[in-house]
Amino acid sequence: MKHLLSIAELTRADIEQVHKLTDSFAEVSRRSIPKVPALRGKNVVWLFYEDSTRTRLSFEQAAKRLSADTMTFSVGSSSVKKGESLRDTVLTIEAMGVDAIVVRHASAGVPWQIATWLDDRVSVVNAGDGWHEHPTQALLDSYTIREERGSLDGMHIGIVGDIKHSRVARSDVLAYTMLGAQVTLIAPPTLLPPSLEGWPVQVSHDLDAVLPTLDVAYLLRMQQERMTEYLVPSLREYTARYGLTLRRVDALRDDALVMHPGPMNRGVEISAEVADLPRSVIIDQVRNGVATRMAVLYLLLGQGADRVLDSDDITVPELQEVVG
Amino acid sequence: MDADDVRRAIWRMAHEIIERNHGLDGIVLVGLQTGGVGLADAFADALAEIDGTTSPVGTLDVAMFRDDIGIRPVLPEAVTDIPVDLDGAMVVLVDDVLFTGRTIRAALDALNSYGRPRSVQLAVMIDRGHRELPIRPDYVGKNLPTRRDEMVNVSPQGVDLGELVKS
Repeated sequence: MKHLLSIAELTRADIEQVHKLTDSFAEVSRRSIPKVPALRGKNVVWLFYEDSTRTRLSFEQAAKRLSADTMTFSVGSSSVKKGESLRDTVLTIEAMGVDAIVVRHASAGVPWQIATWLDDRVSVVNAGDGWHEHPTQALLDSYTIREERGSLDGMHIGIVGDIKHSRVARSDVLAYTMLGAQVTLIAPPTLLPPSLEGWPVQVSHDLDAVLPTLDVAYLLRMQQERMTEYLVPSLREYTARYGLTLRRVDALRDDALVMHPGPMNRGVEISAEVADLPRSVIIDQVRNGVATRMAVLYLLLGQGADRVLDSDDITVPELQEVVG
Repeated sequence: MDADDVRRAIWRMAHEIIERNHGLDGIVLVGLQTGGVGLADAFADALAEIDGTTSPVGTLDVAMFRDDIGIRPVLPEAVTDIPVDLDGAMVVLVDDVLFTGRTIRAALDALNSYGRPRSVQLAVMIDRGHRELPIRPDYVGKNLPTRRDEMVNVSPQGVDLGELVKS
């Protein structure tokens, strides 16, 4: 793996390899000194054109636990304000000698564009591009389900809320179905993409009807700015029909999980009490996010690691017993 | 070496561990992933049989502490599991084959993350030479002169020596 740009470009084997690695890095986080020298001397730069707190902190923590050095390119107080183009910004950062660029941008496709400008030495990680993809979120979400339930095979996962504007939903749908789960999108028609052609999903507008069949209820954040676009009549109406309240949680099976990518609007898409139930693994998602991003950074920057996937060049030795 | 030879070597080294440490007080066996894990369990069984006390056994994956990350494929093989605090412990690192010594160097670094052992000793089934670092074993099953391009395979069924076959 050279870059991590999207879930769509990965295979089931790739995702499972990341999960397996994540097990090892989760153990590192539990040590009394949770730091390993694996990426000593590597330099990672955060290039965030959109606000982000948890994703950036999570990446930062992951890089530091691997002993990589990090730099932040803060768009608000930089040459971007003076009118520098994206290409010039990226080439400038590259010339300083970085090993990876973790990018978030409001426009879909920016990570691909950046990857084509860079030479082969530099890896690009997509930390969210427009409404398109957020691959590390899908890797940590699927890891969390796997950790709780052993496997995603045969699971029924409902993604509830603003699918239309959600890069998390797009990446999650791809990852979940690749790993053998069945996905149902649950939202009012105004919050679904104009076309779902080619999406391997079912669609429902009735949360109450679907809840009893779910293994995972994955709630998306109801963004306040959608109100001004008149996509839902009011937040109260949204909560009444699609909010996961204590009453609705009773309809879930006993072993069903509640997940949320954060930040939560308690009282809108999820009630305050539900967010704190034992079945809510929202904090586990955050914890697994660090280990997942360690695995991703290690796979990309611990060069040579990808060759392990290709075992053709490993020869089988002919063994003979040692005398004595 | 056949299965009996391996068993006898484990038995002898277990006695040496007890002799050197005047008992098993504070001893923690740590098997290196993946070849040392089974051996560490075998040592624990032998020690328990000889001395009547059970020693804690852990496993250690040193992939993230290796100095050849970026030079060759280095992926963790399994999750590290150290069940006890290593502060003040007498750690016996267990591996199947001692070769360049780089794995052991990485293991010494990795152990630091779990505490400060009072001492660290090294037990290996096979010492095949070709050291690249100033590291020596405390307990050896068998010294086995090898060429660099040979392979050594250790299992409970015995020890095998082979050559890499160019396909």
